[in-house]
Formats: sequence, structure tokens, C-alpha cells
Amino acid sequence: MADHSIAGAAGIMATAAEGDRSRRARLVVVLLCVGLTIAVLLSLTSGASDASAIGVMHDWLFGALPGDAALSARDRLIIHDIRLPRIIMGVLIGASLAVSGAVMQGLFRNPLADPGLIGVSAGSSLGAVAVIVLGSTMLAPLTTALGTLALPLAAFCGGLATTLLLYQVATRQGQTSVATMLLAGIALAALAMALTGILIFMADDRQLRDLTFWQLGSLGGATWQKIGSVGPVIVLALAAMPFLARGLNALALGEATAGHLGIPVQRLKYTAIVGVSAAVGASVAVSGGIGFVGIVVPHLLRLLIGPDNRYLLPASALLGAALLLLADAVARTIVAPAELPIGIVTAVAGAPFFLWILLRKRGVIDL
Amino acid sequence: MVLFSRLASVSRSAPGPAAAVFLAFAALMPAQAAEGIATFADRSRIVAIGGSITEIVYALGEQDRLVARDSTSRYPQAAVELPDVGYMRQLSPEGVLSVNPSGILALHGSGPKEAVDVLKKSSIPFIEVPERYDNQGILEKIQIVGKALGVGAKADALAAEIDAKLKAAEKQTASIKERRRILFVLSMQGGRLLSAGSDTAADGIIKLSGGINAIDGFAGYKQLSDEAVITARPDVILMMNNAGPATADDELFSNPAVASTPAGAARKLIRMDGGYLLGFGPRTADAIHDLAVLLYGGQVTD
Repeated sequence: MADHSIAGAAGIMATAAEGDRSRRARLVVVLLCVGLTIAVLLSLTSGASDASAIGVMHDWLFGALPGDAALSARDRLIIHDIRLPRIIMGVLIGASLAVSGAVMQGLFRNPLADPGLIGVSAGSSLGAVAVIVLGSTMLAPLTTALGTLALPLAAFCGGLATTLLLYQVATRQGQTSVATMLLAGIALAALAMALTGILIFMADDRQLRDLTFWQLGSLGGATWQKIGSVGPVIVLALAAMPFLARGLNALALGEATAGHLGIPVQRLKYTAIVGVSAAVGASVAVSGGIGFVGIVVPHLLRLLIGPDNRYLLPASALLGAALLLLADAVARTIVAPAELPIGIVTAVAGAPFFLWILLRKRGVIDL
Repeated sequence: MVLFSRLASVSRSAPGPAAAVFLAFAALMPAQAAEGIATFADRSRIVAIGGSITEIVYALGEQDRLVARDSTSRYPQAAVELPDVGYMRQLSPEGVLSVNPSGILALHGSGPKEAVDVLKKSSIPFIEVPERYDNQGILEKIQIVGKALGVGAKADALAAEIDAKLKAAEKQTASIKERRRILFVLSMQGGRLLSAGSDTAADGIIKLSGGINAIDGFAGYKQLSDEAVITARPDVILMMNNAGPATADDELFSNPAVASTPAGAARKLIRMDGGYLLGFGPRTADAIHDLAVLLYGGQVTD
């Protein structure tokens, strides 16, 4: 009964083009899989050094290539300890930012929504800045105990705590008001930013430079250790997202209608908020602030395959991952042997592109 | 109180992710990095990270060994031709490895830690050079760099020469009774001065040049309120002439707080090259001398 109604809801949105659109959407998802594979291979083989990814891969799988016996320890290190963890991290973070953007846009029923609305970005920043600035004084026990993991842990906890607090504020008698959440989110983000401001004021010049670079974002800090600790959180959160698709489709018709269609609206909100908070908090923890992926990717795909979240969410994950990998490949090679913060690449490439789409499709996108 | 109990109920209903992550984080403690060695076994391909390190390598005449430098290494001119591996606190490990170094000489504070960990793991010898903003700090740097490059005798000679110059430079201002109060301004944004407190390279060079840092209330670089500028009563304002968009003299002196200080009334502003002034390397003795002459003119005894 419920299933039938939800299919009906999706049908209303997709109007007469349902069959045509879903075939197109499936095709796009398949193409994106191929695209992501190409992006992974491209990232693996490009970098500041001339390390031979093919040689190293062949060595792992089948033993050294003939005539390539002198495969250097340096090449192995570059592929195994620098490029591979970076690629895995890039895929996880790109996917989680893009899917989180799509989920937020579905939940708030607003195409401009992003994870920043639920305070996770501001909370994560506060946690990270606290570790950078107070790491050698007040928080010294934490940093000595956890080493390089102190910053991601603090950022993750900061993001999650802010979101849970916001959720509590916006929930009355078991019902979460999206409008209250939006407004309280602005207030909480402002508060977190003020606290961050106090810390920035306390920072010395070196810490200030670290802060600036952290805020610009980079996948440079990706290590196996961080993948082992942050990766499972992102994978779990990502795995939960597809289950939200039908609910989010129904929510597009309004909360009351979704409820009448048999969607457990409150559980949907809670899962979406906690999932996004975990995925984005973990991503920001490792990479700092990377902008535009969460907004540009779902938009681009909506233009291509329509608003059906059953296809939009997986397609967002694939495109987000592929785009972030390509952006990182540019960041790693364009000023080699130095490196550009990836946030600059995504903003420089993403912002004009986004603008161009808006201008081209003016009237089609209903803001 | 209500808020706290609500929070507690949240953590009871959803204890999973945070706790699990904490455990995961705690389980994966970073391995201790191996300590650097004193002399590089292979001294043919060295990466110098930190402006003063590069300067010392050139002063020792060992520049042929350099294959790359960081973005803070801008002196001597020839060093700029070397590949740039980026800002010293934001190194990319693959970028550093791509120049095939046989040794890495890095000033204290190079990072980030993840990058340094990978570089240490690469089994390329990594020597970290400490930094202190006084004479001994400079001599120590020279000796460590010299030893790392296997030219200990040359380094001793250079250190002795620099030591003599530093002592002479300090002596030049020893007899001066009326010490000038100096306000070092890193930048001026929206009418606010970002200036140097204690424990900064600027503080070190001001003291060595026979001046008094007009700021003594804080460590590091901070924005000053107008009142703090007035109570600092600087006789002279010191700035770098190469960092970021230059602040015009008029803009600085039109600030009412600055205008009310002795420095503002006399329009006393000294601009010097940042790397030269704050590098704490082989050229620091000259920088001390130059700054002292600019501060005290004829009173400096040569």
C-alpha cells in the first residue's frame, strides 16, 4: 500500500517523462561509474613525480615487470603511501559532500541548501581551530595522546555536537520543524564562528597560516591511518543515504502529504540529519573546507536526470567523487613540486560553471 | 539545565558514531618518527626548506648540492631559479620526493606533520634545524647545516665570521643611552595594525639593533587597538617592504592613533626587506647594522 503510494508520488513529480527519464538516469549512473574509474586511474598515474603507477601495480599483482627490476622504493612509497590513500579519501569525501548536498536540498526543499545549514561545517571548524590554536597549551594532553588524529577527531565531534544540539533545539514533542532548524542553524553557526573568532584572535602568526590553509581545504593530509579511522564513518553514512531516497521524493510534496503517503517523516529527518552530519563532519575533519561540490553536483545532475532521489543520490556520489579526484589531480600537478589547496580549485572551476548553468537554464531552474 | 538533560538524552539515544570514532581514532596512534641524522650520507641532492637555511647553504658555497627550495627561500637571486616545493608549512610530500633528493634540510616548523611523516618514512634523511631569534640561534643553524653537508670546518669558519660581525653590530649601539621604542607593523587592515609582540623574529631584531619593542604585553603577532598604539608610544614604525600589498605611508600616518604617537608626529617609518630583516641567517648582522644606522644615525659607532 505505502509502496504503491510512494511510487505514485514519484510519478507525479516525474510527470509523463517517467519511463524516459529513469532509462536516461540509469544510463547516466552507468556512465558515471565508468567516469569515476577513469578519474581513479588518471589520479593514480598523475602527480608531481614520475613514479610509475603501472610498474608498481604490476609488481603487486604479478611481480615486477620484465626490465623494471629496479623499481625504486621511492616509487612504491609514492603510490602506496601518498597517491592511494589520497584517492580513496578523495572518493569518500567527494561522494559524501555531494550526496549530503543532495539530501539537504531534498530535506529543506530548497535547491540552495547545503550541509552548512545544519551547523556541521561551523562546528567542525570550531573543533579544528581549537586544536590548531590550543593544541600546544590547553589541549596538549589531547594532541600528545592522539597526534595527527587530534584535529580530525575534534573537527568531527564539533560538527556532530553542533548538529545534535540544533536538532534538539528544533524538535518539540517529537516533531522537528525545518523552519526552526534553519533559523536556529544560523544562530548556532554564528555562535560557533564567534568562538572560532576568539580562537583566531588568540592564534600566533604560524597558527594563523595553518588556519588559512586548513580553511582552503586539501586532501594532502590523507593517510592510511586517517582512512582507517574516518573511512568507516563515511562509508556507513553513505550506505544509509539510498534508504532516504523514496522518503525525500515524497517530502517534495510537503511534509503532511508525505506523512499521509506513509513516510515516517520524523525518522527520515533524524536519519538524514545525523547521516549528513557524520559524513560531512568526517570529511571536513580530514580535508578542511572544500566548497561547491555539495551544491554544484546535485544541481548538474538534476538538470540531466531530473529530481528523482533514487537516481540522484547514487549519481551525486559518483560525480562528486570523480570531480573531487580530478580537482585534486589539478591541485597536485599545476604548481608542482608545490601544491595548490583543493578548495581553490573547486571554487575556481565550480563557481563560474555553476553561474553558466544558471544563466543558460534561466527560467528552467525554479529557485 | 534543561538543555543538558536534552543533550544527555540525545547521547543515550544515539551513542554510536561519536564513541565508535573515538575508539577508532585511539586505536590508531601515530608511530614515532625516526630521528634525523647529523650528516647526510649522500650530499649530492639536497632540498633546503626555510629561507635562512637556503641562505646558509649559499654562504657556505655549497649551493651546487641544492636541487629544490621552499617558497620562503628568495635570497640569493640564484636560489629563486631552483624548483619551489611550496610554502614550508604546507609541503606536498610527493612534490618534495619528485626532485629525487638525497637529503632534506628543514627549518623547525616545516610541515604539515603528515607530510614530514611520509618524508621520514621514505628513508631519505631528514634533518630539522632549530630556530631561535638571537645570535646563538644563527650560529647553531650554521653549524647544523654545515655538519649535515659534511663541511664542518667551513661552517666553523663561517660561524666565527658571523659571530664576530654580530658582536660588532651589537657593540655599535652599546653606548647609546636613549633607546628608541620601535613598533613593528606586519600589516594594516581596515585601519588596524597587526604588530609584533615578544617571541617573534621582529622582537629579536629590534633588541639586537639596540631598540626597544614598543609592545611588551603579548607574544606573537596581534592586532592592536587604537589605545594600545597610543600607549605603546613608538618613536619609529618598522615595516617590511615586500609582504603583501604595501600600506602607503599616508594611510599609516593618517590613522589618528598612529598620528598621535612620537613616530606619527615625526613621520618616522623604516621599511626593510622581510627576508633580510627577519630571516635570522647569515645576513642578519648586516640587517642589525642597517637598522641601527636608520634608528640612531651618527650615534652608531663603527
